Amino acid sequence: MRHIISILIENEAGALSRVAGLFSARGYNIESLTVAPTEDPSLSRMTLVTRGNDHVIEQITKQLNKLIDVVKLIDLAEAVHIERELMLVKIHTTENSRAEVKRLNDIFRGKIIDVTATSYVVEMTGPSDKLDAFIHSLDPESIIEVVRSGPTGISRGEKGLHL
Amino acid sequence: MELSGGEIIVRCLKDEGVEYIFGYPGGAVLHLYDAIFQQDDVQHILVRHEQAATHAADAYARATGKPGVVLVTSGPGATNAVTGIATAYMDSIPMVVISGQVPTAVIGSDAFQEVDMVGITRPCVKHNFLVKRTEDIAETMKKAFYVATTGRPGPVVVDIPKDITDPGYKIPYHYPETIHMRSYNPAVMGHKGQIKKAVGLLLQAKRPIIYAGGGVILGEACEELREITRLLGFPITNTLMGLGSFPATDKQFVGMLGMHGTYEANLAMHESDVILAVGARFDDRVTGKIAEFCPYAKIIHIDVDPASISKTVMVDVPIVGQVKPVLQQMIDLIQDSKMRPSEDALSAWWSQIDNWRSIDCLAYDRNSEIIKPQYVIEQLYQVTQGDAYITSDVGQHQMFAAQFYPFDKPRRWINSGGLGTMGFGLPAAIGVKLAFPDADVACITGEASIQMCIQELATALQYDAPVKIINLNNRYMGMVRQWQEFNYSGRYSHSYMDTIPDFVKLAESYGHVGIRIEKPGEVKEAIEQAFAMKDRTVFLDFMTDREENVYPMIEAGKAHHDMKLRVAPSAKTERELA
Repeated sequence: MRHIISILIENEAGALSRVAGLFSARGYNIESLTVAPTEDPSLSRMTLVTRGNDHVIEQITKQLNKLIDVVKLIDLAEAVHIERELMLVKIHTTENSRAEVKRLNDIFRGKIIDVTATSYVVEMTGPSDKLDAFIHSLDPESIIEVVRSGPTGISRGEKGLHL
Repeated sequence: MELSGGEIIVRCLKDEGVEYIFGYPGGAVLHLYDAIFQQDDVQHILVRHEQAATHAADAYARATGKPGVVLVTSGPGATNAVTGIATAYMDSIPMVVISGQVPTAVIGSDAFQEVDMVGITRPCVKHNFLVKRTEDIAETMKKAFYVATTGRPGPVVVDIPKDITDPGYKIPYHYPETIHMRSYNPAVMGHKGQIKKAVGLLLQAKRPIIYAGGGVILGEACEELREITRLLGFPITNTLMGLGSFPATDKQFVGMLGMHGTYEANLAMHESDVILAVGARFDDRVTGKIAEFCPYAKIIHIDVDPASISKTVMVDVPIVGQVKPVLQQMIDLIQDSKMRPSEDALSAWWSQIDNWRSIDCLAYDRNSEIIKPQYVIEQLYQVTQGDAYITSDVGQHQMFAAQFYPFDKPRRWINSGGLGTMGFGLPAAIGVKLAFPDADVACITGEASIQMCIQELATALQYDAPVKIINLNNRYMGMVRQWQEFNYSGRYSHSYMDTIPDFVKLAESYGHVGIRIEKPGEVKEAIEQAFAMKDRTVFLDFMTDREENVYPMIEAGKAHHDMKLRVAPSAKTERELA
């Protein structure tokens, strides 16, 4: 099953490599990983998507908690939560296709943030499957580059992951 | 008072109450060695190879309960220390390793003797630090000792670039008395509800067993373990790391369990209905085939490390906490309870166990004309009256020591259980002897293992650490040969050496005494002679049976009830035992 683990970790050199190293050493898989400092610059927030049965996920969360730099973590998949991913797509356009790409972009509520005579860059956020759907709706030949942040998430309601 | 970075480190060690640092100098730590030279509070022990520094410090920690301290230089000094760091990590031994690093300005430039020590050791330390400012040294040292010694202990590396120890740069020294780390709060007390549930299970058990590991020793909970075991009247088994946590000569002790555990311990585990696992981690050498592990048992597991619980074997009552207070709470609950385990059930269980015991699974040919390795260990036990500190290397001799030297006290059995590091024994013996100069210390080893850190014979002489080396010399890597005999039709691929040194002369060349023993009749006298020479290191080279095997054995991938015995019980006995 897919799990999305949100981690508060000391914003120190090497903290990321401890998490990444743990996953490779113990044979867990990482589907995606995003990390950036929080409003408190001494802390980073890491969002990690992984797959495994309950036993594996339990071990992953325990082993992560055991890392000295990890302050707190939650498995977002355990409760109602919101997931978003940011995607930038560079699309090759021709005179014939420009209108169609623009229309698709509007349907998916993306933004065109760069325009040249032969290309668009589309910015889109949403759950990962929406981004997948947009990609699939494009002519594969027209895609020059896709950049995705990997999902990040937050729980619904008043409660939050903080110190 | 203003101190340089180098002086600060030495001062921190003094303030931590460190007696010994085991180390080896080099370019990146010269400032630090200069600071060591100018003081007498902390004694430096110069080893002959950095691996030995880590093993000696590790064994010092195992024997005393205090953290071991190591100092090595950058690059090769640091990488040589890695085997010893991993050894300590696998057995949860508190250790602080200070490694030199190239100056901060050249880190990352492939400078001379540069290696990414923090990166290399990351998977085999509890935590590590790269200190970049002199101002951060004292607090980092405090954190290092705090992390290494609390919770589930382990090694911590502190990587120190040369420039921050510059004697020309001095700052005020302040060593924090306590430290708080918001990201590190090891559990202490167990969950009350869980403890109550566990006690309920124990009191209703009909075929119970206590399975205790190294965590009991690390957690200083041997007295509580003894008390609860006696209170309940249950059989108890120890892991390799747990030996000594419960007196091995006590009748409730059924021996070590696992791959080379006793018949009675393994069968009692297999047939049990309730297991109380204390400070043990269900290692594969203990469990055998997981799918058939203890099929009838409800398992209670006490461990300070939540990640150890339900890692390989799913448990029914997990209790995260320090073993000492948790066991004490259980004892209190049992004493307050009017219930006691059923005497009838327990006495039936004990008579079953005594039946298993009666096959005498450790029996060997005591009339052999060749020296049997088991016989040497038994004689060692007699001569030292079971009161020596025994270190060991890794292989058959390690298992014979575990089987034939019953330990009644904790911290007397010093061996590399998790990583299985050959070369551990001799430097370990030196570390223990320095901690307890008046105690008898013996290193049980083999001719292959001993050669992996043989150079430490020089260290033993220089620091007046006379140890007795019990070399069970069978001219084979015995355990490798045993597996090749069982699993590879006797094709002994590279498990012997064509050239073995004359250990008697070798010992003499290092300034020690060497004795070769070739007949069983000479064994006891030689050991007595060796221990009578209180102030000399003695190398006893026993020419043992070349093809002796360690029994019982659960072969890899098999279950507890599927043991290979020296003499298989006859069908009739098996029926009687069942």
